[in-house]
Amino acid sequence: MKVRYFAWMKRTVGVAEEEIVLPADVRTVGELVEWLRTRSSGHAEALAAGAAFGAAVDQRTATFDVRLAGASEVAFFPPFTGG
Amino acid sequence: MTVRVQEADFDVGAELERLTNGNRRIGGLVVFVGLVREMHLRDGLHRERIEALTLEHYPGMTEKALEDIETEARRRWTLEATLIVHRHGRLEAGDRIVLVAVGSPHRDAAFEACEFLVDWLKTKAPFWKLEETPVGEKWVEAHEGDDAAAARWAKK
Repeated sequence: MKVRYFAWMKRTVGVAEEEIVLPADVRTVGELVEWLRTRSSGHAEALAAGAAFGAAVDQRTATFDVRLAGASEVAFFPPFTGG
Repeated sequence: MTVRVQEADFDVGAELERLTNGNRRIGGLVVFVGLVREMHLRDGLHRERIEALTLEHYPGMTEKALEDIETEARRRWTLEATLIVHRHGRLEAGDRIVLVAVGSPHRDAAFEACEFLVDWLKTKAPFWKLEETPVGEKWVEAHEGDDAAAARWAKK
């Protein structure tokens, strides 16, 4: 599965995207966040519990309870500031 | 019904001409053009101008999000024509950044739908602004006012 990061999260994590093999016990977006935090100090900082960020599963906005079964791309990003 | 995300500038007159394209059911066409505002960074006693920003987006998701917003507008109002053009990349103060145009038989629907589209795209489309300041780059933070503006359109 591909995990992508945008805006300041990309710089904090240190990569724009990475390929991961999803562990069997990681079933939701929220569980993926917890698992990703253990990968590096950059991940832990970008995905910290108090940080304001959102997620998308297969390019649709997703809440943390959304299940990952069958998903090919998950993204994490700060609140949007377009327009 | 058109959504475009592009680096290049757009010609407002040409876009509107193509959008209406002789459609005689349109009685009102409401247009919003967003520009890059010259901003000021206040840092203690210093006050410096921010003259440029870079707009990052999420290719693929951006188009889907804008199409979803446009579909929702067409569900809520009777619309003959809708257009969203949003730029990305580096933009300078005064540059055009977004164009939203809505054509409807009646002006009230066109005004409301245009305002709805602008409010929703600010909070639901994946764009991020990175400002160039005299002391380095700075990511723009989301405004609570934008969330409040989008919340006005919550499902009745």
